[in-house]
Amino acid sequence: MKIAVCVSHVPDTATKVNVGSDGKSIDPNGVTYVLNPYDEFAIEEALKTKEAVEGEVVILSVGGENNKETIRKSLAMGADAAVLLKSEGELDSFQVARALADEIKNQNAQLVFFGKQSVDYDNQIVGQLTAGILDYNCISVAVDFKLDGDKIIAEREIEGGREVVETTLPAVVTAQKGLNQPRYASLKGIMAAKRKTIEEKDAQIGESMVSIIGMQKPAPKQPGKIVGEDASAAPELARLLREEAKII
Amino acid sequence: MDFHYSEDNLMIRSMVKEFTDSEIRPIAAKIDEEEKIPESLKTKLAEMGLLGTLFPEKYGGGGFGEIGYCIAQEEVTRACGSTAAFIGAHQSIGSNAIYIGGSEELKQKYLPQLTSGEKIAAFALTESGAGSDSFNLKTTAVKKGDKWILNGEKLWITNAADAQVFSTFARTERGITGFVVEKDFPGVSIGPNEKKLGIRGSSTNTVFFEDVELPEENLIGADGRGFLIAMKTLDAGRLGIGAACVGAAKEMIELSTKYANQRIQFDQPISKFQAVQFMLAEMTTQTYAMESMLYRGASKYDEGVDISTDAAIIKLYCSEAISEVADKALQLHGGMGFSRELPIERFYRDARILRIFEGTSEIQKLIISRKTIKQNGAWKI
Ligand SMILES: Cc1cc2nc3c(=O)[nH]c(=O)nc-3n(C[C@H](O)[C@H](O)[C@H](O)COP(=O)(O)OP(=O)(O)OC[C@H]3O[C@@H](n4cnc5c(N)ncnc54)[C@H](O)[C@@H]3O)c2cc1C
Repeated sequence: MKIAVCVSHVPDTATKVNVGSDGKSIDPNGVTYVLNPYDEFAIEEALKTKEAVEGEVVILSVGGENNKETIRKSLAMGADAAVLLKSEGELDSFQVARALADEIKNQNAQLVFFGKQSVDYDNQIVGQLTAGILDYNCISVAVDFKLDGDKIIAEREIEGGREVVETTLPAVVTAQKGLNQPRYASLKGIMAAKRKTIEEKDAQIGESMVSIIGMQKPAPKQPGKIVGEDASAAPELARLLREEAKII
Repeated sequence: MDFHYSEDNLMIRSMVKEFTDSEIRPIAAKIDEEEKIPESLKTKLAEMGLLGTLFPEKYGGGGFGEIGYCIAQEEVTRACGSTAAFIGAHQSIGSNAIYIGGSEELKQKYLPQLTSGEKIAAFALTESGAGSDSFNLKTTAVKKGDKWILNGEKLWITNAADAQVFSTFARTERGITGFVVEKDFPGVSIGPNEKKLGIRGSSTNTVFFEDVELPEENLIGADGRGFLIAMKTLDAGRLGIGAACVGAAKEMIELSTKYANQRIQFDQPISKFQAVQFMLAEMTTQTYAMESMLYRGASKYDEGVDISTDAAIIKLYCSEAISEVADKALQLHGGMGFSRELPIERFYRDARILRIFEGTSEIQKLIISRKTIKQNGAWKI
C-alpha cells in the first residue's frame, strides 16, 4: 500500500521572526527552517504502518527549493520516495491542499498522514481540505492510530478527553503530539537518503482564495514590576491587579 | 586550502545535535556523578550509527569518513566528554587499528560487529613501563604451532570494562605486532575501574593477559609491523581528540556568553565589561583556530594523505587551547563556575585528559619538531 506523508518546511519555533519589508510576509533573513514538528509524528506513524503492513512511504511537500532540506530529513528518517511540488511565493491553504490532492491521486495513496497543523501559519486545515477535495475519510488530531485491513480505529484528542473513532480507507489522518515517539534520523539514514531522488513537479495550485494584506508583531510585553518584598505589599498589589491590570 | 561543510556534513551536525540535546545532555551530569554511561544510552548510540560513523558502508559504517566523524564527535562532546571518550576509543582507535592495519578477512570478521555496536572495541598499547615510550612495551606473543600465546599487562585502557574486542600490541621475535584479542578468550581479565579527575563515565582499567591463545588469523597486519599500525591509528585518534576539543570549546563559548549577558554586577550585565569581552574574544579566536586546523587535517586524512605531523599539531594546539578556554569559561562564571550545579566545572575537569592520552603534549612536540628539524625549517606540511 502506498502511504503519503505531507510535510511542510517552517521557521524553527526557537528563532525570532520579523515582518519583512513588504509588511505582509516574514523576513527570511537569519531564520532557520525545520521540518514542521507535527509532521514528525505523521512520518513516524507512516513508517510504523509501513513496517506493519508492507507498504511504501512517499513524502509530498509544496514549496520551493529550500523544502528539499526538510524532504531529505524525512527520507533520512526512513521514507522511501519524495515529490517536491514546486511553487514560489505564499499560497493559501486551499492552494496547498489542491496541489497535494492532485499528487495523492496521482500516486494512488490510500492512506495519507499530515501534521495536525503547520507551526508557521497555524491554519490547522490543510489535511481536512485535502480529504474534502479527494473525498477521503478524515480523522483529525489523532493521538492513537490502528489499521486493521481497511479499517482504521483511532483516538482523537477532544476537550478534556479522548474520542474513539472508526473509519475506512482511503483516509487522511492528521497527527497530534503524543501519537508516537518520532525516531531520529540515523547516520545510516542520511546515507540512504542520498541515494533516493526527490522528484520535482510543478504544483497544481489553482486560484488563491485568501490573500495576506498585512502582518504585525504583537505589542512588546511590559516589563514586570516588583511591588514590595513582604506582606506589607499585598494591598498595593491588589490595587494594581484591580486598577492597572484589571484582572480582579 | 579550501574547506566547506557539505550538505551531508550539515545534516550530520543537526541530527547528532538533536539526538544529544534530548538523549545525552539531560543525563551528562549523572554520567559524571555515577561514573557510568547507562547501557540504554550505548544502545541508542549504536542505533543512531554513532559507533561506526567513519567506516565505509561495506563494513556497516556510516561512510562519512573522518570529517563526518569529527562533526559527530564535536556535537557529542558539547554534551558529554565521557560519552565522546567512549565513542572515540571504540571507533577512532579500537576499531580503527583493525581498519587501518588488518587484512580484508580480519576487517570482515570484526568491523561489522563493531560498527553496529554489537561489540565494543578498545585499544591496548600502554603498559607500566611503556607510556610515552610505547616502543618499550613488554607484553609478549610467542608462536606455538598455529597459535600465538599472549602474556602481559596493559594499563589505562579506555573502554576495557565495556569492550569485547581489544586491538592489542605485543612483542614477538620480529618486533611489535598487533593482535585482536577477544574478552572471552581464556586468560583475559580486567582490573577495577580507575578513579579519575575527569571523563569519569568512561571506563579505564588494567587488562591482564595470561597465556591467552590467539588464532593466527587475529594478527593485525604482518608480524613485526604493529608499531607503525599503532602510530597510524593514533594519527586518526588525535584528529578525533581535536574534534572533542572543538566541541567542548564551542559549548564553553555559548554557555559563557549567555551567562555574561544575564549576570548583573555593578548594575549591568558583566558582558559590558571589557575584561569579560576580551575573554570571550580570546575563546572565540582560539576556537576558530582549532576548528580551522581540525578540518584542514581531517580533509587531508580523507584524501589519503599522511597527516602524522598535522595530527600532532592539531592534538597539541587543540588540547592546550581547550584547557585555556575551559579555564576562562570557569573564571567568567565566578563562583557558579566552580559549583557542580553548572556543567562548567565538568568540562574543566574533562578537558584535562586531552593533553595526556594518545600522546602527551610533550610527545606531540617531539613529533612536530622532528619533522621541522628534518626539513631544516623548510615549510612543508
Ligand atoms: C584516562 C586515560 C585513558 C587512557 N586510555 C588509553 C587507551 O585506551 N589505550 C592506551 O594504550 N593507553 C591509554 N592511556 C595511556 C596514555 O596514552 C598514557 O598515559 C600517556 O601516553 C602518557 O604515558 P604515561 O602516563 O606513562 O606518562 P609518562 O610517559 O610517564 O610521562 C610523564 C611525563 O613525562 C613526560 N615525558 C615522557 N617522556 C618524555 C620525553 N621524551 N620528552 C619530554 N617529556 C617526556 C610526559 O610528557 C609527561 O609529562 C590512557 C590514559 C589515561 C589517563
